[in-house]
Amino acid sequence: MAAAIFSLFVLFVSLLIETSSASPATGLQIVHAERQIDLTSHIVRVYLTLKIENTGDAPATEVLLAFPPAQFDHLALVKAAVAVGKKRKKSFAPLETNPTEQPEAPNGTKYYSVSLLNPLAKGETTTLEVHYILTQSLEPFPAEIAQSDPQLVYYHDSAIILSPYHIVHQATVVKIPSNNVQSFTQVEPSHRSGTELRYGPYEERGPYSYSPIIIHFENNHPFAVVEELEREIEISHWGSVQVTEHYKLAHAGAKHRGVFSRVEYQSRPGGSGVSSFKHLLAELPPRVHSVYYRDNIGNISSSRLRTNSKKSELLIEPRYPLFGGWKATFIIGYGVPLKDFLFESAPGARFLNYSFGCPIADTIVDKLTIKVVLPEGSKDPSVEVPFVVEQSLETKYSYLDVMGRTVVVLEKKNVVPEHNVPFQVHYKFNPIFMLAEPLMLVSTFFLLFAASIAYLHVDLSLRK
Amino acid sequence: MGAAKMEKSAADLLSSPGVSSLLKSMKLKTKQQELLIRVSVLGLVYVLAFITRLFSVLRYESMIHEFDPYFNYRVTQYLTQNGFYEFWNWFDYESWYPLGRIVGGTLYPGLMVTAAFIYWTLRFLRFAVHIREVCVLTAPFFAANTTVVAYFFGKELWDSGAGLVAAALIAICPGYISRSVAGSYDNEGVAIFALLLTFYLFVKAVNTGSLAWALGSALGYFYMVSAWGGYVFIINLIPLYVLVLLVIGRFSMRLYVAYNCMYVLGMLLAMQIRFVGFQHVQSGEHMAAMGVFFLMQVFYFLDWVKYMLNDPKKFHSFLRITVTSAVGLGAIALGVGTASGYISPWTGRFYSLLDPTYAKDHIPIIASVSEHQPTAWSSFMFDFHILLILFPAGLYFCFKRLSDATIFIVMYGLTSMYFAGVMVRLILVATPAVCLTSAIAVSATIKNLTQLVRAQGKSTPAGSGKGTTSTKASSKGSLDQSPPFQRNGAIALLVGALYLLSRYVIHCTWVTSEAYSSPSIVLAARGANGNRVIFDDYREAYFWLRQNTPPDAKVMSWWDYGYQITAMGNRTVIVDNNTWNNTHIATVGRAMSSYEDEAYEIMRSLDVDYVLVVFGGVTGYSSDDINKFLWMVRIGGGVFPVIKEPDYLVNGEYRVDKGAAPKMLNCLMYKLSYYRFGELTTEYGKPPGYDRARGVEIGNKDIKLEHLEEAFTTSNWIVRIYKVKPPNNRW
Repeated sequence: MAAAIFSLFVLFVSLLIETSSASPATGLQIVHAERQIDLTSHIVRVYLTLKIENTGDAPATEVLLAFPPAQFDHLALVKAAVAVGKKRKKSFAPLETNPTEQPEAPNGTKYYSVSLLNPLAKGETTTLEVHYILTQSLEPFPAEIAQSDPQLVYYHDSAIILSPYHIVHQATVVKIPSNNVQSFTQVEPSHRSGTELRYGPYEERGPYSYSPIIIHFENNHPFAVVEELEREIEISHWGSVQVTEHYKLAHAGAKHRGVFSRVEYQSRPGGSGVSSFKHLLAELPPRVHSVYYRDNIGNISSSRLRTNSKKSELLIEPRYPLFGGWKATFIIGYGVPLKDFLFESAPGARFLNYSFGCPIADTIVDKLTIKVVLPEGSKDPSVEVPFVVEQSLETKYSYLDVMGRTVVVLEKKNVVPEHNVPFQVHYKFNPIFMLAEPLMLVSTFFLLFAASIAYLHVDLSLRK
Repeated sequence: MGAAKMEKSAADLLSSPGVSSLLKSMKLKTKQQELLIRVSVLGLVYVLAFITRLFSVLRYESMIHEFDPYFNYRVTQYLTQNGFYEFWNWFDYESWYPLGRIVGGTLYPGLMVTAAFIYWTLRFLRFAVHIREVCVLTAPFFAANTTVVAYFFGKELWDSGAGLVAAALIAICPGYISRSVAGSYDNEGVAIFALLLTFYLFVKAVNTGSLAWALGSALGYFYMVSAWGGYVFIINLIPLYVLVLLVIGRFSMRLYVAYNCMYVLGMLLAMQIRFVGFQHVQSGEHMAAMGVFFLMQVFYFLDWVKYMLNDPKKFHSFLRITVTSAVGLGAIALGVGTASGYISPWTGRFYSLLDPTYAKDHIPIIASVSEHQPTAWSSFMFDFHILLILFPAGLYFCFKRLSDATIFIVMYGLTSMYFAGVMVRLILVATPAVCLTSAIAVSATIKNLTQLVRAQGKSTPAGSGKGTTSTKASSKGSLDQSPPFQRNGAIALLVGALYLLSRYVIHCTWVTSEAYSSPSIVLAARGANGNRVIFDDYREAYFWLRQNTPPDAKVMSWWDYGYQITAMGNRTVIVDNNTWNNTHIATVGRAMSSYEDEAYEIMRSLDVDYVLVVFGGVTGYSSDDINKFLWMVRIGGGVFPVIKEPDYLVNGEYRVDKGAAPKMLNCLMYKLSYYRFGELTTEYGKPPGYDRARGVEIGNKDIKLEHLEEAFTTSNWIVRIYKVKPPNNRW
């Protein structure tokens, strides 16, 4: 019932959007904008606080966020929230964000639209908290470094927030991981204090104001990028969920040039290969069992597993330290108890509740494929994911399968740790299918024994 | 069930009623019991043979071992991915750069086809196994099958008791386990099965004179030819056996049928294997079989003539003429064939079998392989344990009950023992013979002893039982006079035999778990506080090559690592373990033993991008390239006389410290092994640059490389990879 009302509401809102999208930039202005850009890791996280006022006549239902086309391609996630409630019981209600197209967008500007909970009437103000994540936006310069060099990167952005609206008052703070800032573009007033760069405050900037800046600084954070990740989640109703993850890991920072000297790497851990990394931490669900870590030439013996009741931590060490441009492929596999992840929603209908995204901390996944292998004989699979993914179906044959198992394939590009949220796969399953394979084995052995008994007791020789 | 009942009732009808019918039904029952015991013992032996070979998987992991198995594994992968015809036509660009290798025509495909067949069968039955698991478990599976063949062979030679003992002995014999542990995916794994099967079927054919068994042995021979170059042993042993039977006057129609069918069909089938081709009619090693074949026809012909002529005098003159002309004709044919090059002379490997010192003087590449060395007494003891003592005893029993079959096992045992003494790896071939002969000894002895014990136990009140014991245990005939002493002696001997056999089991298990289960890719050592330390440097380096070098990079290393680099590193190598081109290997040996700038010219001419050396100075790993270096010098010097062994020695002594020869201190291998090693302190209380593998401080700590740069060194320094720099720009 509630869902029906909600969908009606969504329909209504989308109708409104369609009617109002003809004149987007009119009527709204940003009274106060604050931006924080976090450059401490290789994932750029931007927090934007916008105080918006409706100065037009028509009530506004959506707010547009503008991005330069180069940035738009690297956007992994855009989230917006609005504060509801009074000061004490203040909480944030998430808002829907969608990429949209606008006619007459200057210089190919791209947009995200944020749908407001309640239309903003004339003269009213609201405060939006926007959080977006950019991947692969730190460009190593120099692009190739030797073993003893630190890793320096460029970050490109605008000192002034790009927006289709007039901004009355704005400021930007950029957080840098180290004190070593080679250079940064000055846009007065701007200054640096320690690991912080401050741009602004700027007053009264018109729509689409832009002022490019380049920051050149040292960032030795491990640039761990999983170029391809395939997670296979296989459900067995005999009590276990088996997860197999195929990784193609790369160090996406400045390329390693020339010699790799083991003497220097061993004797000067702080001064040699500072941007390289030799281990990663994967966070697995609690109660994992039979964990393995291998690649296509065999087991990798350097890994450590710590388990407690809340989570399991797997410290994995690739066969060799990863320097810029080096790659490593490996497989992690583990089993988790079925009852932790599989639930019955209605008689005969079940759903799997599992975490999307990559379990390795602080990594970007360029292309993530999740394959949920349902047990043989399950029907009507459907998926619930809180963001847009590509879906398809496959068939897989595993041990003793006759009909094959239905595989739900989900694909998503540009995945960041913030995507580690649960998703659900619903399907129908009749428990009688669980008996099919044991019965098959039993009957095979029965026939085998019967045949051998018959052979021993029947005389086949021609001579009597 | 119904049939058994009917049989029983028939027996009841036939025999007189009363006690004898009861006895008859009891007898049937014991027969069934015996069958049950036999089948279950055989089943247990089968399982034991399989699981005792899984120590390597438990100790390490399910992985392919050593060197050659990696090539076999790679080929099997290719076969399963691309199908049989692609495999047959495969030209491998990744080895022997720039020559390449025609893989399909230069290997024995039996092992790979077997593994692929098992894989496809399992896949068809919907067992989602990985090809690696199949390859790892192929050798244990065939070893388990070998025990079944050994049982039937023992049964054919002696009795089913000896068969069971033979199966049990061969199941855990270290001489066989050394080549058939899980992961040892090599030709020998299936070849010993094929060898024993061929022999068994041949003996069976000789015993029965049946064409079917002879055909079976021809097929077994075909499988053996497809699996291993050791088939030459079969094709020489069987003619020798036939010849011996002819000489000692045991020629029979059965032998004639068995040998002719086996030889002709086996030869034709073997020609289907491309790597063997027409060798059966063209190579010197196979001529003995052909000679015996013709000899047999002559012999049979003479037999026929003798029968027709019916006159001894005429026959003798005829015999003289025929034999002289036949021998003369054969000799001329052989001489002409050899001189015209139609029949190739014996190969170096064959010579080195007949003359153990041959390889050392003429073919350093064969002599450099450790498994081609003459066998030490200790390794006989290590691999055979009590079988070494039981073997002569078994021969004694065989001679006592001489038959066509026992003559065969005696000949197989003696010849293979000789070969086992010549080359370490041929202990493998001797193992089945030793096990079978020993099984005869064990079975016969224990049977005699138990009969003594039981007969005495039964007969003490009656006082008779001499009759049974004196015929069976004639060796203890003198003891017959004093029954209690004899019985006690028999019990003591029985206990002693059981003790020895249990020691054998303990020894075999210990050897398997400690000595023969190491994959030699992953090295394990005991740490300072007793924990197990794993050195996984080989795979670290190979995987680094696979991931971080251009796909078409060429890697130069000593030939030992060639197969592993192509299989695990997936990169092109200059030379590998298929040592078919001595000059190419000598070129690499020359590059390794030259000064850097000379070596650079050679490497440029071979398009080398990376050089890989194995170095044990940090960990104390002794089978590294510095210890193999003299072989590189010898092999290089064998083709290129500019490389002289004395240049690298000081007063005939090989050293790497300050007193080493100047050429040694500056050759490429030394530089690559010890580059920047002088800065490293390996052991507490020792100067920096202390080589733990050789226990000396190195002589040249200030090594500068001009044309190469360090590209990667593994965490324990076991593998070091260098990049060959492009030539300098001229301007």
